[in-house]
Amino acid sequence: MKLTLRVWRQQNAAAEGAMSTYEVDGISSDMSFLEMLDTLNEELILKGEDPVAFDHDCREGICGACSLVINGDAHGPERTTTCQLHMRSFKDGDTIDIEPWRAAAFPVVKDLVVDRSAFDRIIQAGGYVTAPTGAAPEAHATPVPKADADFAFEHAECIGCGACVAACPNGAAMLFTSAKINHLNVLPQGAPERESRVLDMVAQMDEEGFGGCTLTGECATACPKGIPLVSITSMNKEWLRATRKSGRR
Amino acid sequence: MTASAEYSDYATGAPVVDTKAPQGPINERWDTRRFEAKLVNPANRRKHTVIVVGTGLAGGSAGATLAEQGYHVVQFCYQDSPRRAHSIAAQGGINAAKNYRNDGDSIHRLFYDTVKGGDFRARESNVHRLAQISVEIIDQCVAQGVPFAREYGGLLDTRSFGGVQVSRTFYARGQTGQQLLLGAYQALSRQIAAGTIEMHPRTEMLDLIVVDGRARGIVARDLITGRIDTYFADAVVLASGGYGNVFYLSTNAMNSNATAIWRAHRRGAYFANPCFTQIHPTCIPRTGDHQSKLTLMSESLRNDGRIWVPKAKGDDRPPNQIPEDERDYYLERIYPSFGNLVPRDIASRAAKNVCDEGRGVGPGGQGVYLDFADAIRRMGRAKVEEKYGNLFDMYERITAENPYEVPMRIYPAVHYTMGGLWVDYDLQTTIPGLFAIGEANFSDHGANRLGASALMQGLADGYFVLPSTINDYLARNPHHDEVTAEHPVVQELLAETEDRLHTLLAIDGDRTPDSFHRELGELMWEFCGMARTDAGLRKALERIPQIREEFWRRIKVPGTGEEFNQSLEKANRIVDYLELAELMCLDALHRAESCGGHFREESQTPDGEAARQDDKFSYAAAWEFTGTGEAPTLHKEDLVFEYVHPTQRSYA
Repeated sequence: MKLTLRVWRQQNAAAEGAMSTYEVDGISSDMSFLEMLDTLNEELILKGEDPVAFDHDCREGICGACSLVINGDAHGPERTTTCQLHMRSFKDGDTIDIEPWRAAAFPVVKDLVVDRSAFDRIIQAGGYVTAPTGAAPEAHATPVPKADADFAFEHAECIGCGACVAACPNGAAMLFTSAKINHLNVLPQGAPERESRVLDMVAQMDEEGFGGCTLTGECATACPKGIPLVSITSMNKEWLRATRKSGRR
Repeated sequence: MTASAEYSDYATGAPVVDTKAPQGPINERWDTRRFEAKLVNPANRRKHTVIVVGTGLAGGSAGATLAEQGYHVVQFCYQDSPRRAHSIAAQGGINAAKNYRNDGDSIHRLFYDTVKGGDFRARESNVHRLAQISVEIIDQCVAQGVPFAREYGGLLDTRSFGGVQVSRTFYARGQTGQQLLLGAYQALSRQIAAGTIEMHPRTEMLDLIVVDGRARGIVARDLITGRIDTYFADAVVLASGGYGNVFYLSTNAMNSNATAIWRAHRRGAYFANPCFTQIHPTCIPRTGDHQSKLTLMSESLRNDGRIWVPKAKGDDRPPNQIPEDERDYYLERIYPSFGNLVPRDIASRAAKNVCDEGRGVGPGGQGVYLDFADAIRRMGRAKVEEKYGNLFDMYERITAENPYEVPMRIYPAVHYTMGGLWVDYDLQTTIPGLFAIGEANFSDHGANRLGASALMQGLADGYFVLPSTINDYLARNPHHDEVTAEHPVVQELLAETEDRLHTLLAIDGDRTPDSFHRELGELMWEFCGMARTDAGLRKALERIPQIREEFWRRIKVPGTGEEFNQSLEKANRIVDYLELAELMCLDALHRAESCGGHFREESQTPDGEAARQDDKFSYAAAWEFTGTGEAPTLHKEDLVFEYVHPTQRSYA
């Protein structure tokens, strides 16, 4: 198939960006979206032009590196990561807009690549269990009800791609933050740090410049791993509980 | 860059000996070593800097643990976040000899299975230690909040994996690697927040600094600004993963690369068993020339899926129209006791054989069916969905076929490299102060890795082995002399690195980095893949220097070095693949036996099975670099088997 691509080009964080138009031909419907961009880049290199920069790594939908807004949707029209999107979701002759994640807390590095280090800092604020190596008790010492283990897993599936932030009209990181809090707070291993975790992570989230949540639900719609919107409600409950219990905010 | 007279030349040097493994009963060796190793006073640890390259299971767990112990850790990853290292993509599970199933498992059995699975080309001492530590890993990960699959009673669930007859694989649906990696990443994050780890994401190691024979730092490039900098330490730990991307198409992440280990090899670290690569039997077949990578379907699928091809050649009916008696469930037929759960190398080779016979399915006949119809009939679709749902979804997204209704198509693909930097029992390379952990080293998997053993080894090395053994080195080598960027050795290294990148940018030829990578990969897959011959390997050894010569003449890298430049990153990694590939072929050529994942056509039994040759090749081949295109020197480490006696593997 033949496609027209309108791609966000921006030399670096300080430069002005703009959309540039490219034509690609001979695209197979079995190609992944990123393989289609590989094809464009091979042509650009041979023409002596700067290829389009985009983040990608595992191309299996699990590392969370890929991050494109395609025709206005984070990760494009299917509910999956950009790397698992295939060209069979498009038609011959389509015009496709390709942009980076747009959020104040995710500054553009180059073209379609953004800086998501704010997510790392949110985890550093409390998204862990303090369990130094060697200090662990026998694994079966504390049984965990299957329902709780499944709930934890469902939230632990977050790949930290940032689609939730990109999709949110407020640029909020509530879904990402709540996923980690819910994963750890439901488990007995996470209980001792339950209050400090939610208070510290939420405070860090605010400090990073993410917006507030108005429960539009765009985040959960865009999430390639299906983290549910109620995850945010659970976090709010945890936060309220923690503020009451600790007197902190 | 002159080639030697014969591409297959090499010299044989003195044997290499592991001087760190203690003698005595095997189950006491690790305790003995830990007791004999010198310790560093906790108050002195913060004065020692340790560089860790990579943040996967091995690097992430090592960085976190060293920092917890009080060392000053400076850590690097090329990804934008340490959470994205490729360990995250491991699906199936992690082995541990917990014997929670009361099915006859034990540390000794895990040790035995791993030595046998590795086709008797791994070191007994190392493997036994791995089996011992396996039980602690599960405890550690559970304490971190890793959400392993559980039974209704709240206890941990396990499943079986290829090559074993017990159920010792712990898992978190099909995302075990992700959950274990996030556990390590979170432990790492805790230390970053505490200020004990200085983390450098989007920074790639380009060379190793060796001063007075000791590893003292690295040269690394900031991938955003392009700035090349030097970093110094008392010891350097490489946890940079494997080199499967030399084949271009593999299940590795696109940016996984061999640069860190290859540069260390060029600086004096021996590279062991480079030809030992694992071809994984259950990957999604390729669809065309545009293919950029291959996707693995977890081996756990072989627990319930049945592998078959049509009995007749060229049978192109849709699979559901082929009656039962016209199907060949070839693994169940040839290996009745292990059936679909034979080790990976055997399953891969059998798939290749039936496809070579013309009985392959799908485009180009490069595929076999993995069928869940019986499993769905037996346990119901809901149960299959619970066990494998995410894998089925992934398969459907990639192929647009529904595996609940149509059998999956699978074909082998490069997945893991057992070879790597040679290390002793302490995981130290032949350069003092340089350690290699996880897939970057060669030590535990011999010629074939069993399923769910990579996660076990990465975490064993990072959480438990290295943090004990590195003490001994640091205690014995307090570096009072400071190395700085002004040191002539460092200046020379920096100049060499900058020069290499400038050259790549200046050639301005007419071929893209990918075009060279693809060409090299196809050559390697053909001649150094699942089945190898003397003639084929010689052909590859003749061709690789030609590709290398063409690369340095025709490569085109746009842009500059002082910016975010993914083409430059790629081209620079290919420089190293073009050298490593040659060593892999040479190693494969010299090892004229079939062994593990490596089938040598000249070495087979009368009925076509792999014939290992213990009288000639019961050693690890550790190669010393002598120059690009120059004949390397082979140092043999003889393997001694005191506990598991080498036999021809039988899974029949």
